[in-house]
Amino acid sequence: MSKSLTWRTAIASFAILAAFIYLIPSLTSEVPGWWSNILPRDKIHLGLDLQGGMHLVLEVESSKAVESHLERVVEELKRDLRKDKVRYTELKRDGTDGILITLMRSEDETVFKDLIAAGYPDFTFESLGQSEGKSNVRIVMNSKAIDRVKQMAVDQALETIRNRVDQFGVSEPDIRPQGENRLLIQLPGIKDPERAIALIGKTALLEFKLVDEENSVEEALKGNVPPGDEILYQVSVDAKTGRQKKTPWLLKKRTALTGEYISDARVQISNRYNEPYVSLSFDARGARLFEQVTGQNIKKRLAIVLDNKVNSAPVIQDKISGGQAQITGRYTTNEARDLAIVLRAGALPAPVTIIEERTVGPSLGKDSIEKGFKSMLIGGVLVILFMAIYYGLSGIIADIALLLNILFIMAALAFFEATLTLPGIAGIILTIGMSVDANVLVFERIREELRLGKTSRASIEGGYGKALVTILDAQVTTLIAALVLFQFGTGPVKGFAVTLSIGIVASLFTAIFVTRIIFDYLYVQRKMKKIRI
Amino acid sequence: MEFIKPGTNINFIGNRNIAFVISGIFIIATIFLLIWRGGPNYGVDFTGGVLIQVKFDGKTNTTDIKNALKPVELQDSIVQGFGEEGESEFLIRINKTDIDLPTLSSRVEQSLKSEMGKGVDVRRVEMVGPKVGSDLRQKALFAIFYAILFIAIYISGRFELKWLMSIIMAVSLAFVVYITSSLGMSVSWLIVIALIVTLGLCYFLNLKYALGAIIALVHDVTITIGVFALFEREISLSIIAALLTIVGYSLNDTIIVFDRIRENSRRFRRRSFEQTMNISINETLSRTILTSSTTLVVVLALFFLGGGVIHDFAFALMVGIIVGTYSSIFVASPILLVWEDKIDGNTKEKVPIE
Repeated sequence: MSKSLTWRTAIASFAILAAFIYLIPSLTSEVPGWWSNILPRDKIHLGLDLQGGMHLVLEVESSKAVESHLERVVEELKRDLRKDKVRYTELKRDGTDGILITLMRSEDETVFKDLIAAGYPDFTFESLGQSEGKSNVRIVMNSKAIDRVKQMAVDQALETIRNRVDQFGVSEPDIRPQGENRLLIQLPGIKDPERAIALIGKTALLEFKLVDEENSVEEALKGNVPPGDEILYQVSVDAKTGRQKKTPWLLKKRTALTGEYISDARVQISNRYNEPYVSLSFDARGARLFEQVTGQNIKKRLAIVLDNKVNSAPVIQDKISGGQAQITGRYTTNEARDLAIVLRAGALPAPVTIIEERTVGPSLGKDSIEKGFKSMLIGGVLVILFMAIYYGLSGIIADIALLLNILFIMAALAFFEATLTLPGIAGIILTIGMSVDANVLVFERIREELRLGKTSRASIEGGYGKALVTILDAQVTTLIAALVLFQFGTGPVKGFAVTLSIGIVASLFTAIFVTRIIFDYLYVQRKMKKIRI
Repeated sequence: MEFIKPGTNINFIGNRNIAFVISGIFIIATIFLLIWRGGPNYGVDFTGGVLIQVKFDGKTNTTDIKNALKPVELQDSIVQGFGEEGESEFLIRINKTDIDLPTLSSRVEQSLKSEMGKGVDVRRVEMVGPKVGSDLRQKALFAIFYAILFIAIYISGRFELKWLMSIIMAVSLAFVVYITSSLGMSVSWLIVIALIVTLGLCYFLNLKYALGAIIALVHDVTITIGVFALFEREISLSIIAALLTIVGYSLNDTIIVFDRIRENSRRFRRRSFEQTMNISINETLSRTILTSSTTLVVVLALFFLGGGVIHDFAFALMVGIIVGTYSSIFVASPILLVWEDKIDGNTKEKVPIE
């Protein structure tokens, strides 16, 4: 065998062997132990549209996180101003980037300015002028700090949701940030999408607030809400009529305690009603706060507020020490379990909205795989027969290249840990049709050369040589389209771009390199006279 | 075996006016159809809304389903049969975006279950918020645009060795896109403007191959969209993928013909450009037909056997392959000739073809 032919055969054999090694884990259900120790063991990853599952895109309302950050700064400022004995009449959040303060004495303005410069580096001071001896001041959060808070909100939301999903029990979830304030969540094989959405989308902000029993709710509902109070509703469903009932509560705006201090949340079944409820344990600091609040407000009502809805407002019978509380309601076991999960995993730093959902049931996924492969099989067989009939022996060589091409695409999917989707299967099918193109181009050239009366060997050389540039030109454009598609595509469409790109590259290798080896072997090495093409 | 005998010489170029008329009719028909229908029939991917694929245990029909959707006030939804004959599988499409979308599918499921009194399997839910919808529409248009742009650059550089020209084109195009987008124009207008600018630049920079290829591409994509509008099929994300594939495929075909034209015009300097072109198209005809038919065979397999989810995708590919093959023979090359005529007519001197 000539030296170059030996080399080329070695390269091709190596590529084929490597492809098989990468494919074997996907073909067998269980690879032996020694195999997975030294050789690749990743199976071809199936997309959600093939194995069933849920794809969610959430948008984190990160500007809400900035607002609550500003609210916290307001509280901090109040403490600092009290310490510095600076008196003010008004101190509140102003819009989404500032805080408005009215100082009682205009000479305090410099004190305040120094305080901001020293203790609040994220803010810039702005004087709005004086009136009647009072001084109006605004501090503005700079855009860098705002971006930081927003980014932190997104990161934290990601972490929290990951925690929730882990505790919910989904195998191989994929949760990642997308763009500025979006999260992409992929949950394969999920059985109860509705429940998953409720679990992921809940803000789960738990607050304990005192009920204002000195003022009447009726008066507040007319529009006279006392300062420092707010109206929140308790929503309950009447068991008989199934109708929703909304009960208003007048609450102190100030939060006595939040879910931040929860160290554990568990589902328990009450002995009395045989209903599930969630029992909370607070950490040391939370327990102390809880003891304080309950101790100071015996015989008053303390409302448990979840996401701005009053859950219940029991009367505090006695000081509660030990840091235990209960959340009761008409929960099903699953609801109680999910509530416990979200309370354990913590609240989201800002509300999220689901802006995209794609769910595929497992039965449809199975159907799609079956139908996809069936059409691949039938399309493939037709093309193989067609080539063999049209080009004879050479057609069979092209068919070998075609089969190798499919092998390489599959192996590359396993190698790059890419995801096979339904459009991805379509991409492979399309490649089957298109990959013979390279061989058709070569064969047509060889035929032309033969017609000019050249020998087999010269025709093969001329055919491959002349067709090569054309093949490259033609394939590069398809590759450009595929790469653009990859850039813009999401999920399934990306899968299509992946298989199409891999298919194009693989077909160049098989249709030009591998078939040439076979031709050279037959007509140069074995000196076969007549080309059957 | 041979379909096309060697020495075949069909006068494609001589009959180019017939082809221009046919293409013109198709494109005008597409434009009228789109105006009449009020634009392409975008799916929920682009409009926002909810698509629910359900399968019932027993036989049922669309009227019953619509009635069953009354309690949730969705009786105006589009309900259509889906999948194979005899299977009780349906698509429910809700184009509203001003309602609570995330919980919609479960409400629909409940309502169907209680009203129809038979088992319902929700097989697929696609919910796209209005914001995502418009985002995706933008991304899709840009993707098609960039594909065409990159390809134009590649062809000009590769075929005419005018890399500098193609870079000038890219830069000025990027500039135009930047200006128009900063003026706050909608993406569709932006694409139209960008295309006009691209064609204009090709024209003035003398990039004839790119001009021919791009006109052929726009021709193919337009007609495919027109056929979609005619059959009232929806343009979804995967259809955009199909359109881009058509762009790649049609170009593949065009380039192979162009390659031959370039090669032959070097070989037969004495012959007229028209003759050279005809010879080139005829020489590559066998390959064109062969590749198109193998590709069409697999796409047909996908169309008939691939199942409902992939049906429209395969349909788009099918139309695109047929139109793309046609255009590489009847549209792309004759445009080169029209170009040559123009130059000849203007300058009255022979321009070397190379």
